[in-house]
Amino acid sequence: MKFGLKIFALFLAVFGGGLIVLPGQMANAEGQGFNGSSVLAGVLPDIPKGKGDSCIAPTDFMRRNHMNLLSHDRDETVHFGNRQVKASLKECVTCHAVNGIDNTPITVEDPKHFCRACHDYVAVKIDCFECHASRPGETLKSSRDKALKENEALAAYAKGADE
Amino acid sequence: MSGCDKSNCGCVNTNPTDLLSSSRRNFLGGAAAVATLTLAPGITITAFGGSAKASGHHARWGLLVDVNKCKKDCNACVTACSTEHGWEDTGHPLTDAQWIRKVTLKDKKSGFEQSLPVMCQHCAEPPCVDVCPTAASFRRDDGIVLVDKHLCIGCRYCIMACPYQARSFIHEPLMDQKEYSPRGKGTVESCNLCVHRVDVGGTPACVEACSATGNGAMLFGNLNDPDSEISKRIAEYPSTQIRADLGLDPGVRYENL
Repeated sequence: MKFGLKIFALFLAVFGGGLIVLPGQMANAEGQGFNGSSVLAGVLPDIPKGKGDSCIAPTDFMRRNHMNLLSHDRDETVHFGNRQVKASLKECVTCHAVNGIDNTPITVEDPKHFCRACHDYVAVKIDCFECHASRPGETLKSSRDKALKENEALAAYAKGADE
Repeated sequence: MSGCDKSNCGCVNTNPTDLLSSSRRNFLGGAAAVATLTLAPGITITAFGGSAKASGHHARWGLLVDVNKCKKDCNACVTACSTEHGWEDTGHPLTDAQWIRKVTLKDKKSGFEQSLPVMCQHCAEPPCVDVCPTAASFRRDDGIVLVDKHLCIGCRYCIMACPYQARSFIHEPLMDQKEYSPRGKGTVESCNLCVHRVDVGGTPACVEACSATGNGAMLFGNLNDPDSEISKRIAEYPSTQIRADLGLDPGVRYENL
């Protein structure tokens, strides 16, 4: 029975709206997520909702093109020092952070991670998080504040050592 | 060759010498066209790089270290770098990443000791960039030498090529890296002159920490701007580059060494 459902879901996914269609698209078209869908629950991925009203582009566009946007803007940043790019992995990870049982954002090691929810389903390996942090952590600002504090302590220590 | 009597053979010039020169011309012309084609993306990139929003036009970032002011027992720059980028000493000196280290020089005759920080020297002619087979190791328009870890295959030729032993390889999987300083297993890394700070107008973490200790041994600035403090200091007082004889023109200079 479950196998039959999977075939049905696959059929819908492939012929429902183009060659590479992620299942969330159908559900959104019907105006509901998978959490509320009784027929397809457990078969299709449970995609957590991001913060805010919308992503930087419509959801169906992002589903197909997020990798191209990221790939383009990463070169902008790494090679040309442009830190004001629109598509930034940092932003993805921040808006789409999913909290775990301890109420802190989970890493990509957890299957409930936003990126993994889909990537596991379509069996596409994510390389991003071999280097990048998969959850929001210390921002540049918080790190600088911390560094400033440490520097103050260092200065106080150096002053004390002189006296 | 001279007796071509076929009307439809397409042979225009039957003189062997002319044939040769004509084929050579075609060959050279073809080569030139290819060169232009391959150059074109380079030109676009150069032009684009010149208009980099944050890195600044014609800047060349560099450091000046006054070795006399650098205290032997002070490690503030190394600690600050480690905190900033998340690399640490795990007790495995052969495989631990090290972006900056304190080096002690001792004159054997007099016993005179000097201590100085050594990190990636951000050469104008970086050997690490020359040897990189995937162009992952590159020099930014503003003189900062970086590893594009998206392209790095971890072959470690650059580690071999660097005369300053400034580069490290990551052997173990990492988690929870700093979000502004991605690092990952299988890639090479080195001092990036805190490029995430420099791009938004800041100074590297080591320089900040050094001035916080009150030693003020490190100075960061634009070597291409004659009015910058670092350029004025270099113009006024003697300074040197480590292994200047290699002709790599490092962006890190040392005073009183």
